Amino acid sequence: MTDVSQARKQSSPSAGGEGFDLAKLLLEGRAFFALIVIIVVFSFLSPYYLSVANFLTMASHVAIFGILAVGMLLVILNGGIDLSVGSTLGLAGVVAGFLMQGVTLTWLGVVLYPPVWVVAVLACMLGAVVGLINGVLIARFKVPAFVATLGVMYMARGLALLMTSGLTYNNLGGKPELGNTGFDALGFNRLFGVPTGVVVLAVIALIGSIVLNRTAFGRWLYASGGNERAAELSGVPVKTVQISVYVLSGICAAIAGLILSSQLTSAGPTAGTTYELTAIAAVVIGGAALTGGRGNIRGTLLGAFVIGFLSDGLVIIGISSYWQTVFTGAVIVLAVLLNAVQYRRRSKLPSATGGQPTSQKRGKAEAANPAQGKTAR
Amino acid sequence: MKPAANGDAVLSARNIVMSYGGVHALRGVNFDIHRGKVTTLFGENGAGKSTLMKILSGVVTPTSGDIVLDGNLVSFSSSSDARDRGISIIHQELSLAPNLSVRDNIFMGRELRTRTGLDFAEESRQARALMADLEEDIDPMTLVEDLRLGQQQIVEIARALSVDSRILIMDEPTSALSATEVEVLFKVIRDLTSRGVSIVYISHHLEEALQITDYAVVLRDGAITATAEARDIDLEWIVRNMVGENFDLGSPPTGHAFGDVALSIEDVSVVDTSGSGYSVVDHLSLDVKAGEIVCIYGLMGAGRTELLEAVAGRVPMAGGRALLEGEDVSGLSIAQRIAKGLVLVPEDRQRDGLVQTMTVGRNLSLASIEAFAKGLFLSRTRERGLVEDSIRKVTIKTAGGNAMIGSLSGGNQQKVVIGKMLTTNPKVILLDEPSRGIDVGAKAEVFRLLSERAAQGLAVIFSTSEVNECLSIAHRIVVMRRGRISAQFGANATKEQIMAASGEAVVA
Repeated sequence: MTDVSQARKQSSPSAGGEGFDLAKLLLEGRAFFALIVIIVVFSFLSPYYLSVANFLTMASHVAIFGILAVGMLLVILNGGIDLSVGSTLGLAGVVAGFLMQGVTLTWLGVVLYPPVWVVAVLACMLGAVVGLINGVLIARFKVPAFVATLGVMYMARGLALLMTSGLTYNNLGGKPELGNTGFDALGFNRLFGVPTGVVVLAVIALIGSIVLNRTAFGRWLYASGGNERAAELSGVPVKTVQISVYVLSGICAAIAGLILSSQLTSAGPTAGTTYELTAIAAVVIGGAALTGGRGNIRGTLLGAFVIGFLSDGLVIIGISSYWQTVFTGAVIVLAVLLNAVQYRRRSKLPSATGGQPTSQKRGKAEAANPAQGKTAR
Repeated sequence: MKPAANGDAVLSARNIVMSYGGVHALRGVNFDIHRGKVTTLFGENGAGKSTLMKILSGVVTPTSGDIVLDGNLVSFSSSSDARDRGISIIHQELSLAPNLSVRDNIFMGRELRTRTGLDFAEESRQARALMADLEEDIDPMTLVEDLRLGQQQIVEIARALSVDSRILIMDEPTSALSATEVEVLFKVIRDLTSRGVSIVYISHHLEEALQITDYAVVLRDGAITATAEARDIDLEWIVRNMVGENFDLGSPPTGHAFGDVALSIEDVSVVDTSGSGYSVVDHLSLDVKAGEIVCIYGLMGAGRTELLEAVAGRVPMAGGRALLEGEDVSGLSIAQRIAKGLVLVPEDRQRDGLVQTMTVGRNLSLASIEAFAKGLFLSRTRERGLVEDSIRKVTIKTAGGNAMIGSLSGGNQQKVVIGKMLTTNPKVILLDEPSRGIDVGAKAEVFRLLSERAAQGLAVIFSTSEVNECLSIAHRIVVMRRGRISAQFGANATKEQIMAASGEAVVA
């Protein structure tokens, strides 16, 4: 029996594929190639596109979507969806704006001006709480993720509007004598010339990548997204994992909210409307499967850059915003089509190299359960 | 090839071959359905009965071979094509829409129309007439989800009858029926054959099938092994031909003494999850010692799966408890039970065993992540060592730990699921039908592996619905019937004894 395994080892190429296959390379690296094409085309169409300054500006736009998309990726890897991130972003911005105005404690007769780091931490905690609500609704009370996060999306947006009566906090600068300056640092400061938002995105992506690839949590996430029942029977704490991804997504949304309101120097209750859809699009363009279990940080970042560089490019060459919407939509549809092609290839290929029973008495297979079968989740 | 000139056969299969990937489910089968008679197809699980029926009813297309209908070569493009030619099938798995009424289910896909819409009145009338024929008091407007399983099966039968087909294939139509319902069904079948309808009947209840059938055909490992007229045969003939000469699946490992009781199941009950309130496991107690291999034999619905899943923590126990080396584990989570050394290899490896999106290695290491975690992070070197070790010990034929799980044959996928659980160094391993859908060679390897581990002190409990497998490596055979233990045997039991205790066949 072992000699067979040796023979198969040589005859069947590994799943990674050793031969050079252009179609396969283009398919698997599609987000990367799309980004190159976008940069080349727009550089050709506009003299302003290809410059370090423009790239940094575009990157700081991408940062917002990128941070949301990393959180969204975790949720989608789990087989879920988080529609509430745009609203959480807005709510976190408004709460930060509110805290920057000072908190009046009437029964003590004092006004507290928390320093910026406290504001940031509180905003992130708020994001975590919103995520926790999503997670508990979905994992404990079995509310479908789409509906649970849709409801929370409305609630968070409504709370943000209630807090400000629909108005916007324009004064986020703080006062030196109150010790709460520095909020604008998130949006305007640069580290070695790179905007803070981009640095934050890089850090979050790095942490995300390490968590996904090198920790037990990451492995649990891929396993429970790929097949929750099998993961549970293997001792994976599937409920904890499910709740955690929504909490992490909420925190990412809050961080994006802080950066966005700092960039805009104002915190409005309608900030981030429909951003959840852009984040989902970035994850999908990055090759993740909405059914869960497939996807990675690198792809998601590429997806965010594809969307960001495309829409900014369309602005630069002066295409109407209506056409921008059409183009973005087309890119998303194309990405999903290619995902379907890729996953179909992957699930079909194995059967060709599949089991070749060696014994004379081969051939017991249940019709309902063919050996090469791939079950739908 | 010229169609066979067998005037008696209304529908014939000629040299049918069916392969899934590299696995042959059917290997050159010739099968005749006799006109106006009941032809029963006997065979163990995985012998290929359902596959053959799906081919004859147009659900799947064979890899090669011919289908001859009334002396003419035909090929069915779909099941509705076959239905239009008068062939209908009652599937083993119910294919009803639970959210629709009995009437709508019976006429699903071929609704009766009036000029302006659907003819509900006529549909209701026909549905009511069918229910009367089947002597079942079900209102046609009842939702299928409100019916108990046996009544759902009746609806499934009614749907097949409503088509007025010439050939009716019944794949395990009685698995959920009561004795009286079976009587009624048999009356209906006799009535149909007297009107010239040809019936193909499949059942695990051999005696029951022998009562109704005119012709018996036995299928084993994808090939026909025997055909005879019912009046010439008896149960013993069927069993002998079904089981065949024993492929050596090993014998109980000897030379090691059993240890203390490793797993003690005390008075465990499990309630049916569909909410009918009926106990699928009924106050069952069982002790298994370290190093002992116990086989649980029973028909479909005997409660084997539910028992094992309750012990593993997958479904809640309605009563009783499970002790692992004297410690009550009933309240623990699945993960805690795995940590304490109690693991389950589930019945359906595609649905419950494997993560298809991950590699062979990651599937293998999934249950023992702690073993290669260094603080917060996973050690890839240690994981690789663990995976390579496991692939070697469980003899998985794969290109390596990085191959996708889908690239493996069914038997090797099953070894991955077993290897995954063995990697956790369990004290007790429960395996629910570990041989399902794998070829005989892989089956023998799985059993050899289990007996090796038992000799090292692992307590092994596996369930099966193939009597051959009971008589392989098991030290003790426990027969389950309707949620209870109906008999226990040593390794020297006979097939007839075991089958009798399960309710499959009562042999004098």
